[in-house]
Amino acid sequence: MVQSKKLSLICFSGDFDKAVAMFTLASGAAAVGYEVNLFFTFWGYNIIKKYRGRGIQGTGFLARFFNFLLGGFKNLPLSRLNFFGLSPRLMSYMMRSQNVATLGELVEASVALGVNFYGCEMSQVILGTNDSDYLYIKERLGVARFLDIAEGGQVLFV
Amino acid sequence: MTSTYELDITRDHCPMTFVKTKLKLESIPPGARLKVRLNPGEPLTNVPKTAAEQGYCVIGVVEDVGNTFIVEIEKPLNVPAGA
Repeated sequence: MVQSKKLSLICFSGDFDKAVAMFTLASGAAAVGYEVNLFFTFWGYNIIKKYRGRGIQGTGFLARFFNFLLGGFKNLPLSRLNFFGLSPRLMSYMMRSQNVATLGELVEASVALGVNFYGCEMSQVILGTNDSDYLYIKERLGVARFLDIAEGGQVLFV
Repeated sequence: MTSTYELDITRDHCPMTFVKTKLKLESIPPGARLKVRLNPGEPLTNVPKTAAEQGYCVIGVVEDVGNTFIVEIEKPLNVPAGA
């Protein structure tokens, strides 16, 4: 019997290791039949930026400068022992060599399994960006709408 | 005649074991069968359990060479919504 199960993850952190944990949960839950909702806010947005490296995006000088400093998917830092960005590359290499799915593969699997990607409206205003600056975003939400979507399921803050 | 597809997940780890199985099951036509080669432990426990929970028919589990197992799953003609 198919049960209605739901998992909603608030993607606040843009740390590489936390993103791996989050997308492991998201893809795994989607594969076993959960409805999975990802709500990207603040640094979490860096994971799904269209510019995967450092790019100029956003409106206004400060927003563009800030987004350049933050970088994208290729610049996600490790939450501990980052060593100027060397550690995430080392970890990706170790994951590949042990046949463990890399962050990119986990994101692709989540997309293929129909995980819902939502964006935080307020963060986009602060960062001077819009939906077209990100990949996979289905809808831009405020808190009330996110709570509606998450209602009745489990919610985790990452 | 029933079409049979194959998937080897012996080199994969959680969650890609059941992620790959799920994506493969979605891609095969209704009525077809999928033979999944997997390792004992977490994949052997979770892959058939998850498939059954989502409305797929687990035909059987047999031990194969090199301490691996083959799980045979049939995709029903009417796949339940959300599966």
